[in-house]
Amino acid sequence: MNSFMAWIEKRLPFMDAMNKHAIQYPAPKNFNFWYVFGILATVVLVNQILTGVWLTMNYEPSGDGAFASVEYIMRDVDYGWLLRYMHSTGASAFFIVIYLHMFRGVMYGSYQKPRELLWIFGMLIYLVLMAEAFMGYLLPWGNMSYWGAQVIISLFGAIPGIGEDLTIWIKGDYVISGATLNRFFALHVIALPLVLVILVFLHILALHEVGSNNPDGSDIKKPKGSMKPEELSKFTFHEQYTKKYDIVDAIPFHPYYTVKDLVAVVIFLILFSWVMFFFPEGGGYFLEPPNFTPANGLKTPEHIAPVWYFGPFYTVLRVIPDKLLGMIAMFAAIGMLFALPWFDRGVVRSFRYRSKLHLLNLTQFAICFVALGVLGTMPASDLANLIGRLATLGYFGFFVFLWFYSKGEKTKPVPERVTG
Amino acid sequence: MSNVPVNNGRRRFLTAATSVVGGVGVVGVAVPFIGSWNPSARAKAAGAPVEVNVSKIEPGQMIRAEWRGKPVYIIRRTDEIINALPKHDDLLRDPESNEAQQPAYATNPYRSIKPEFMVALGVCTHLGCAPTHHKGDFEEFVTGVKNGFFCPCHGSKFDMAGRVFQGVPAPLNLVVPDHSFPTEDTLLIGVAPGEA
Repeated sequence: MNSFMAWIEKRLPFMDAMNKHAIQYPAPKNFNFWYVFGILATVVLVNQILTGVWLTMNYEPSGDGAFASVEYIMRDVDYGWLLRYMHSTGASAFFIVIYLHMFRGVMYGSYQKPRELLWIFGMLIYLVLMAEAFMGYLLPWGNMSYWGAQVIISLFGAIPGIGEDLTIWIKGDYVISGATLNRFFALHVIALPLVLVILVFLHILALHEVGSNNPDGSDIKKPKGSMKPEELSKFTFHEQYTKKYDIVDAIPFHPYYTVKDLVAVVIFLILFSWVMFFFPEGGGYFLEPPNFTPANGLKTPEHIAPVWYFGPFYTVLRVIPDKLLGMIAMFAAIGMLFALPWFDRGVVRSFRYRSKLHLLNLTQFAICFVALGVLGTMPASDLANLIGRLATLGYFGFFVFLWFYSKGEKTKPVPERVTG
Repeated sequence: MSNVPVNNGRRRFLTAATSVVGGVGVVGVAVPFIGSWNPSARAKAAGAPVEVNVSKIEPGQMIRAEWRGKPVYIIRRTDEIINALPKHDDLLRDPESNEAQQPAYATNPYRSIKPEFMVALGVCTHLGCAPTHHKGDFEEFVTGVKNGFFCPCHGSKFDMAGRVFQGVPAPLNLVVPDHSFPTEDTLLIGVAPGEA
């Protein structure tokens, strides 16, 4: 066996890669539960790819056959209902863990220097994920699928000059039709998942280059030779990390965090199964009631609401009484997140050691984001518009305030070594 | 490196020239990929004109036709509705139909060829939902206006000539498609008067 492994190793650095990225990867020893969502996102990604491949075995991507084929999967295919609910529940679960994963990064300043590119890759993953979810939602060809796509595609019509032609080009028809469904299917099952997997690979590669942040935001990689030998971590780490730095307060990712993450995975799967088996429609939020009738271009559902995970951006879009400005604001809301590493001019990462003002700003940002999300699933009204506008201001305000106070912010001293 | 027999100038020229030629190739190859997203010949053929018999519509009633997969609202307006049109001009965004949301032959106070028949796409100009016709009970949305259209998606409001009210997300009046009356009772959607 050993000689076989040696034979492999000479031709492909398999064990070396395993050591570099798992067995001898130095992870800070003070990770809390906020640090499990990356692994959970990976678990959901695998679930989506696997169940997705199986769903395509019975799904029919055509205007005439799509809706019926989903019913066929639900009723006639052995375990079809389970595979579909794993996929549809997985979509919502994906966004839950991704939002928590992102908020972790915002709280602990994991986007700050030198992790800007890591953050950008994460944001790209989030963007592709939204496109993936949007296109996937058209595929059951229910009435909400149809009108949701109608609303989003007609956004591009607001672009001056080329707008109308652009929407026809996207649809491949004068209306959303089988042609639109087919191209969305192709993108949803081939193009975007491929991009997603590549981005996840780059995200992890970039993470392992700069190293994981931690709840204290202090560095576990100290300049080479600056620490006494007895202060160094006692574990063996890959030489890629030790030849440049003195590693303190770190433990190897495997087995310490693989085992910890396994606990999180088990708890997550319990919750996931509970929803999947008992509330697969998520109370009308994961699978919306109008989607149980086939797509009908002549009948708009009473109240078009996007799936909950698009809620925040949808609210930003509709509280602005101008179509073009609304669209610009919606995309800007995502753009702001991309630029977060440059809005924050501070040097202290974790909110633990930053000012009261920052904690306040962080809290109002979280409240506004949730409020925008809730409003996005509710019908339009004057009161909802007013609250929506305030929350939109709060959302954008977070970045603007941050830019102003983060330079010269009154912070507490960051401990040299991580705390418990 | 200085002793290596390399002609950097020539190398730069060849690199640039190859890049340019390769770039042109990439642009050329992109054409079929982008072009294949246009509506196919079959989709274009399906966009043919639609004929509707309007003699059976009761005064004040609305019927829907389908043209290019979009709902077309056809309303036979009563005199009461026609006379009420100019009374709320000050509440509208574009009361005089200055934006080109209708063909030139329908650019008039009624936004139609005949005042009696309104023809408009039932597609909200905000995000493409279908506004609902409120016959006689529109005052719940705009006080003093009895009839109109309300979009259930984001609350946009239109009057009985498809003109949009102020303070709603929809930016423009409803689109009046090309249409004509080849005979007294037939409406042809998709063809302008005098066209084939």
